[in-house]
Amino acid sequence: MIQHTETAVVCRGVKKVYGEGASSVQALRGVDLEVRSGELLMLVGPSGCGKTTLISVIAGILDPTGGECIVFGENLAAMPQSRRTAFRGKSIGFVFQAYNLLPALSAAENVAVPLLILGQRRAQALQRAQAALEKVGMGDRSHSRPSQLSGGQQQRVAIARALVHDPRLVVCDEPTSALDADTGQRVMSLLREVAIAPGRALVIVTHDSRTFHFADRIARMDDGHIESITDNAAEPASARHAP
Amino acid sequence: MNLVALKMLLGDKLKYIALVAGLAFAALLVTQQASIFTGYAKRTGAWIRDTGAADLWVMDPQLEFTEDRKPLLDTALSRVRGVDGVEWAVPLYKGWLRTRLPDGTLVTTRVIGLDDATLVGAPPEMIEGQLEDLRRDRTIFVHADQVGDALRLREPFAGEGPRPLRVGDVVSINDHQLEVAGVYRSTAEFFWDPLIFTTYSRALSIAPAERKQNSFVLVKVRPGEDVALVAERIGSSTGLVARTPEEFESVTMNFVLSKTGILINFGVTIVLGFVVGALAAGQTFYMFVLDHLRHYATIKAMGASTWMLIRMVALQVSVVATIGYGIGVGAAAAAGVLTRGTGLAFEMPWQVPVLGGFAILFCALAAGLLGLVRVLRVEPAVVFKG
Ligand SMILES: Nc1ncnc2c1ncn2[C@@H]1O[C@H](COP(=O)(O)OP(=O)(O)OP(=O)(O)O)[C@@H](O)[C@H]1O
Ligand SMILES: [Mg+2]
Repeated sequence: MIQHTETAVVCRGVKKVYGEGASSVQALRGVDLEVRSGELLMLVGPSGCGKTTLISVIAGILDPTGGECIVFGENLAAMPQSRRTAFRGKSIGFVFQAYNLLPALSAAENVAVPLLILGQRRAQALQRAQAALEKVGMGDRSHSRPSQLSGGQQQRVAIARALVHDPRLVVCDEPTSALDADTGQRVMSLLREVAIAPGRALVIVTHDSRTFHFADRIARMDDGHIESITDNAAEPASARHAP
Repeated sequence: MNLVALKMLLGDKLKYIALVAGLAFAALLVTQQASIFTGYAKRTGAWIRDTGAADLWVMDPQLEFTEDRKPLLDTALSRVRGVDGVEWAVPLYKGWLRTRLPDGTLVTTRVIGLDDATLVGAPPEMIEGQLEDLRRDRTIFVHADQVGDALRLREPFAGEGPRPLRVGDVVSINDHQLEVAGVYRSTAEFFWDPLIFTTYSRALSIAPAERKQNSFVLVKVRPGEDVALVAERIGSSTGLVARTPEEFESVTMNFVLSKTGILINFGVTIVLGFVVGALAAGQTFYMFVLDHLRHYATIKAMGASTWMLIRMVALQVSVVATIGYGIGVGAAAAAGVLTRGTGLAFEMPWQVPVLGGFAILFCALAAGLLGLVRVLRVEPAVVFKG
């Protein structure tokens, strides 16, 4: 049994049904999952199996139809909307497949957004954003607009944004699938390098098998279930670090 | 997050310009129409203001506006003069008479008869001739602008082609020959029949005989007396009503507004300005929000509270509203300055920009609420959709 302090997320019997009646879709059919603090957990599986739905529930932006999800001891679904929103702002970082950077803002301003949401002063937020950009190797592009950056560079900026406020949980939905293979590898290795921290959990949805070796554990999903969980640490090191 | 909200707005140049333009147009329409309306409404009292000297106008209680003719008994003048607090009181004739121009053209005119002794109520500015010329036998004054228009000779006359009336011309009113002895200028009026000035006694001699003839008694209140109190005394001792120039102006304006379609016409245009502005701004802002819904959703997922989103939308809307308002009201004022002297009524008292402000506030609220509903409704979960 894992101690509570080491557990970032506990999902028990999470169900999610989209829509009602004949046209309803059962996206999650009772998911049990634990994410540990300090680990990188990959969520993999065929298209439509419910990966995005599951991390949406974990991140508190989607209400499950049944079951519960405890994130750092808090039952998000049971929280009033406003508290859940504040919880997300403080504790969760997001990385999206489509980057979702604000096109009118510079890289540094984009990265500063989570801090501004938390109410930090602009100057201070931009300063911290600059530091975060430097960590992802984008320190010299802080004044660039997203449209002036390549996909890989935009995703780096997005990673800086996800980490700038030092969240305890970072969720990434297919962070590399809009990128070519090499860039994807580099972005994933960057994530592994900068996002892993003591007490922080990282959940990455992907179906790019070439990046699986970056995971500590891999949860395989199919049709709304967790099929299996493999622990990469248990596998031979050679298998793990193969390109 | 003000920075983020503003950059979002300014980053979308096309919609930003469309929003500002829509609101500016609404502000322009509302304030410009309201100014023209105010201009026309104020013109209904132009003659009262030009008549100036009097503190009180004594008239028949049933008189509804300046152009109404409800003459008073001849005894009214002496009774008013007898009221305590009256410094002086003079008669004033105003009536419609037809004037035949030298070329035979017949024009409906309004004839003002001024007290022979004092000429109280004379036109504010003489262009040709002098006030004293009115004391000469058989003389009248005509309006400078109307000389060129309504009182124009249409037919060739005495070897000259069509031309404006001028000093020295002789016109005929009720078969009385009268000579143009002066040309005056006055404040533009709402009423359009040419105004001809002559003396009180001459006016009575050319007008058809009536039992009652005097139209108004103009009263100067003795210095130090309370005007309202004197008006009350005049009322109770003569059975007539004494109004200050301001009161008479507002009675006249209210009558004209209630009896003509002006208020409704301008009102409809102004309301249309409101509605068009609200629709245009609402539609454009809604499009703006739809285009940026993904960004709002992202901000929401990252923990922006409802209150923060409201503030962002409110800031975006107030920026375009303020700029649009400034441009619109500025353009309306500029249009007013440019059309000065063209005869277009234009008057922009402080109430007009305030009205424009309310119009834009209304448009901005409509737009903001429409957009805000969409922003607050968006599920943050859409951020993960491709
Ligand atoms: N908003 C929604 N309304 C209705 N059905 C939905 C909605 N979102 C997802 N679904 C359905 O729920 C199921 C799971 O969707 P989900 O997006 O979680 O899958 P996924 O594993 O992320 O797939 P992919 O790898 O293609 O991103 C799918 O059948 C999908 O069609
Ligand atoms: Mg997905």
